Formats: sequence, C-alpha cells, structure tokens
Amino acid sequence: MTTLTPVLSAHWDADRSWKLARYEADGGYRGLRRALGMAPADVVTTVKDSGLRGRGGAGFPTGMKWGFLPAPDGGPRYLVVNADESEPGTCKDIPLMMASPQELIEGVAITSYAIGCHHAFIYVRGEVLHVYRRLLEAVREAREAGYLGTDILGSGFDLEVTVHAGAGAYICGEETALLDSLEGLRGQPRLKPPFPAVAGLYARPTVVNNVESVASVPGILRGGAEWFTSMGTERSAGHGLFSLSGHVTRPGQYEAPLGITLRELLDMAGGVRAGHQLKFWTPGGSSTPIFTAEHLDVPLDYESVGKAGSMLGTRALQIFDETTSVVKAVSRWIQFYKHESCGKCTPCREGTFWLAQIMGRLEAGQGTSADIDLLLDLCDNILGRAFCALGDGATSPVTSAIQYFREEFEAGTHTPADVLFPPERSSLFDYTPRRSTQLAGVHA
Amino acid sequence: MSVEHAGAPAPHDHGRTPGGRHATGYDDDTRARLTADAQEIIARYPQARSALLPMLHLVQSQDGYVSPRGIAFCAATLGISTAEVSAVATFYTQYKRHPNGTYTVGVCTNTLCAVMGGDAIWEELSEHLGIGHDETTDDGAITLERIECNAACDYAPVVMVNWEFFDNQTPASAVDVVDRLVGGEAVAPTRGASSVCTFKEMSRVLAGFPDGRVDEGVGAGEATVRGTRLARERGWTAPSFDADEHAATPVTGQDEPGAGEERSSADRPTTTPADASPAREQRKQKSDDAKES
Repeated sequence: MTTLTPVLSAHWDADRSWKLARYEADGGYRGLRRALGMAPADVVTTVKDSGLRGRGGAGFPTGMKWGFLPAPDGGPRYLVVNADESEPGTCKDIPLMMASPQELIEGVAITSYAIGCHHAFIYVRGEVLHVYRRLLEAVREAREAGYLGTDILGSGFDLEVTVHAGAGAYICGEETALLDSLEGLRGQPRLKPPFPAVAGLYARPTVVNNVESVASVPGILRGGAEWFTSMGTERSAGHGLFSLSGHVTRPGQYEAPLGITLRELLDMAGGVRAGHQLKFWTPGGSSTPIFTAEHLDVPLDYESVGKAGSMLGTRALQIFDETTSVVKAVSRWIQFYKHESCGKCTPCREGTFWLAQIMGRLEAGQGTSADIDLLLDLCDNILGRAFCALGDGATSPVTSAIQYFREEFEAGTHTPADVLFPPERSSLFDYTPRRSTQLAGVHA
Repeated sequence: MSVEHAGAPAPHDHGRTPGGRHATGYDDDTRARLTADAQEIIARYPQARSALLPMLHLVQSQDGYVSPRGIAFCAATLGISTAEVSAVATFYTQYKRHPNGTYTVGVCTNTLCAVMGGDAIWEELSEHLGIGHDETTDDGAITLERIECNAACDYAPVVMVNWEFFDNQTPASAVDVVDRLVGGEAVAPTRGASSVCTFKEMSRVLAGFPDGRVDEGVGAGEATVRGTRLARERGWTAPSFDADEHAATPVTGQDEPGAGEERSSADRPTTTPADASPAREQRKQKSDDAKES
C-alpha cells in the first residue's frame, strides 16, 4: 500500500503557518544554505539527478529546462514562477502559497542562484487576494532576514523578487502568454521556437517553472537527489500534491509519491460520497481526457496515465458520481474554453465557438444525429493546429467523453441532460431547481 | 467596517450615463498621488511597460473601474497610446468597463462547482438580487458574476467576494452573505482577511500596495490539511532529510563560481546526452514525451 509523504504540506496546519519564523523552525532555508555552498552548475545537476519533472501539467524535466539556458552573455536572465493556477480542478498551488509561501520563496532563491538570475518574478493570478497578500509579505520577510536582496547570506549572490498580480485570464497560465502579460501586453501565446530559455521575458533567457516545481527544490537540496528518487517511480520521481474534489467524502490535498492510484487515494478520502458510485474523473484537470472506474488502479505517474490514454497533468482529481451528466459536464467545460480562448489562432477561437454550440444543443436534448461525428471532426481540426495547448485541452473532454459515454451524447438528440440527470441529485445540498430557468443564461 | 456604498454616488454618476460625458482628468492632488504610486510600481520592473497591469488595478482603486481618464493616465505615464492601454484592459476579466459595485460577488459555475451546487447558488443569488452576470444592484453594492475555476475545488461550491474565498456554500449561505454585505455588516470569508474589503481597497492591494491584513485569517482550511493530518494520525511520513543533511558534504567545496560567472550553470552548450550526470543518464529520461510545463 502506498502511504502519504507530506513534504510541502507537512506543516500547513501549524499555527501562523505562513510566517518565516515558523518555516525556519521546521528547517526552512537549509536548502538555500546548502545550495549557496555549491557551484551553481552542481545545483542544476542535483535537480537533474532528482528526476523532478514540471508540476504544472506537462511534466518536462525541471533541471533539463534550467540547462537549456544559453551561456551567459553579460545580460540579465530571468526566473518567472507560474502561479497562475487556473486549470479547472487544479487547486494545489493556491493553498500552498496561502499556507506556506516561504517554501516557494526559498525555491525561487535556489533556482535563481542555479541559473544565474538576479531578478525573479512570481506571476500570481489576480483573483486570490489573500494569497497575494501572503506572497508580498513572504518576500518582505525573506528580504529582511537576508534570504533575498544583496549579498544573500554572505554569498555575494544578489536577488530581487517581484510578485506580480494578473487580472483574470486562464490563458496566462501558458508560459509564453504569461510572459507577454508580464510585459504589460494582452496575454497571448507566442510562436515557439524561440523557446523562453532563449528569448523569454524581454527577449532574454528565461526559465518559467510552476509553483510546486520550484517549491520542491529546497527539499531536493536538503535531502539530496537520492532522497527525492526514493519516492515515486523510476521515471516519475518524488512527491506530488494530489487534489481530490467533487463527489468524494473528504475532498482535499493529499501529498503522495507519484504512482499512487485513485483507489488508494479514494480510500484515504473516505471514498465516493455515501450511497453513490464513481462514474468518471479527471486525472489532471479538465484538459486531460477523462477516466472511468476501470482506471481506478492506473498508477498516477506520467507514463502510466499516458499509456492509459490521458495525462497526469496537475493531479487534479475531479470525482463525479453516477448522478452527473457527462454531456452537461463537458458542455460546461467547453463554455470555459470558448470563454478563455485568447482569439489568436483561428482553429481554437472558431473551433471552441462551434463546439460550444453543438454541446449546448446536445445538453438541451436538441442535438442531431450528425452531431457526434461533427464534434469529432471539429476536434480533429483543432488538435495540434494552434500556437498553444488551450485548444488541444478543449478537445480532451469531448473525445474522451464520447469514447466512454457515447450513448449519453446520442440521448442528447432527444432528451435534455437535466431530465436524464436531475441536477438536484448531483448537488451537495438539497434544493428544488427552478425548472423554468435552469437552461437559461448559461454563460453570458 | 466602513461601507463605501452607503451615501456614495450612484454608479452612473461616474460618467457612464448614455450620452453623458466622461470625466476626463484627475484633480491635481489625485494626479500627484497616482503619479507617485505609478512610479513606485514602475520601479519594480526592468521595463516600464510591465507596470501596466498593476497600474490598471491602481486606476480601479481610484475610480472603481477602468475609467477613460484612468486609461489616459496610464498611456501618458507609460508613453503608449490609449488604444494600447484599452487593448490590454479589455483582455482581462478583472478590469471592469463600467463602475463596479462595492463588492464583486462571483459564483463559480465551472463544471465541478456547478455540478456540486454552484448553478443553484447562481440562480438563487441572481433572483434574490434581481441582476444577471456582470450587472450591479441599483444601490451600487453588489456586482454579480459567474466566474471560472478559482483553484478551490476541494471546497466546492465556491463563491468569491472581492476575490476572498467563501467555501462550501449553499444558496442560503450565499444569500446571507450578500444580505449582510448590502446591510453594511463586516463579513468574514472562510479563508482570507477577517472581513472582506471594498472593491477599491482590493484593487489597491492588487496594484502591489499591502493593506496590513496579511496576518489575518487562517493559513489553511480543513480540506487543505486533510492529507497532512491523516498522515500524522497514521504515522506516515516522507523519508527523513536528516541522515543526508548531517552526513553529506557539498558536492564541491572549493573554487565556486558565482552565478553567471565562468563555469556557472549556464556556461554550457545546449543540452546533450553528456549534460546529464551519469546517475541521471542511466535512467534514460526521454524528452520526446515531454512538452513545456
């Protein structure tokens, strides 16, 4: 049986957990002290050896990403932390930064030292006011204690950190859109190459890393690469936050080695809510193809989830029971992608618009017999045809839901989803729906 | 707490009455204050243009929305056109094109929250307040929004008030929150400051000016720490740091280059197989299945 391995989450329930003094008392900044005694290249090597892979969804090896920076040319190099957590179902970085922001700040200091960065940025979404307060204060406290600023801990290394609040745009979680946004522009993805490692922020070499990735670095420096690889699988090393939500008895954050299964996690979380059964779930947010009960024993690591036809993504495990309409769930996700498409690439902008219309009529029980093929054809014309992965993500719930629940899409040609699956049965509280209005006003 | 909307001018007095005139400038004192704030924001960045997003939050802290005079102020300060400022302001959902209520009440109606009851909460609030998405009550107290996923799915259904978390809501609890807001009571979020601040006060924080409320509220809610506590109950831990911390010595103890100097991490060619250490190489990390993260 796999057990939990709290590292990042070990002290989240401590009194005033967000304070620097609490963090130091629990061993905080030992990783930075250790790193500053090493050559920067050796810090990079340690992280490479740990096998840490990006925790923001795609799983690219973190140390390798750092290693892509070109040789120094005397100009600035930047670290930008992607704290724009917005993928539906994903809820790990925001609570991490609220409860224990110093984990991230220490990771920023170590990463910056490793890559030769003297000005790092944390781009946090603007819709989390208290998290932004906590980050601003964490930087202030760390600077006052000498962990940031000039001549950090007497090492001669200088680092400034700017915490930047976004203003509401899912697309800014895409790393090049994030960079454009940080430069004061509309957040629209850039054509790659060049990759940010070569031409990122202000066209300078830049590393963009997810919050959890960066926050995992101090532990790797404290414990060493072997400590990290003693958790997880051979190619998916280490600990990760698994976020259970939805129709589960005890939703929440469960930090475990990669490779744990949903069956094990559900057991820890009290199972699917009483009296109900698992119908479908997302392994890593709405952009990862859905799974069903047949996937309960798939190890939640990058390779196994990929082999089973989805992606580990952000380990955002959204659990839906048998009361839930797949058509309604997918329809709402598609509304989201349509709303958040930045409009730059035609296949995504127009494709999500058309997907939303078709899903809308299927949800209303007014679809046509050709709609399933039309949906699949549309997905085929979106997937891989845009600058970034937003459009790709929009196709995931559609194609996977048709794969596993085709009959519900067929039912959408004659019966509304809310009739087949009355919404009050899915709700976590008792209520009587307003039948006359329930289909109106879906996403203005 | 003070309630901004009490006795405040109705929203349309800000100059958005159809056919009416926009206020076109700030008085000298206001302009001087905004200019000083803007300079502080600009100083945080290597390039001034990066200050635009926080400056738009600053404008909203003054005017309660991205006003025409605010757009002109940003353009003049940063040396760009008003069209360039507007192009950015209209891209992001937190920038409001008409005067916002004192409190933005956002109901998450993305799939997970919607299914768990967010749709019912939305219907109840919309009917109770008599307004729809992105509309404001006549007294200027509440602007209602359907919002997208706000990274609190383990607390579904979620309502945000001025971007503070109200977790595990029901139609009744959400109505109670808005009634107390309208009534001028101090209302505490589930996770956040000890009471929600006004839209303008919030906007000033988002511009990067702390309001001194960071130590209010909890570090984490119940769902956040469920794994932490379960592990402690059952005696589950991650492998200890200690053995390695005490036994190991730094990989190199001498002749360390500073960051960015010769032999630093970056002083290498682009990645080749030899770029990984032998231990790592043995694991033959494939990169072809990995995209950007």
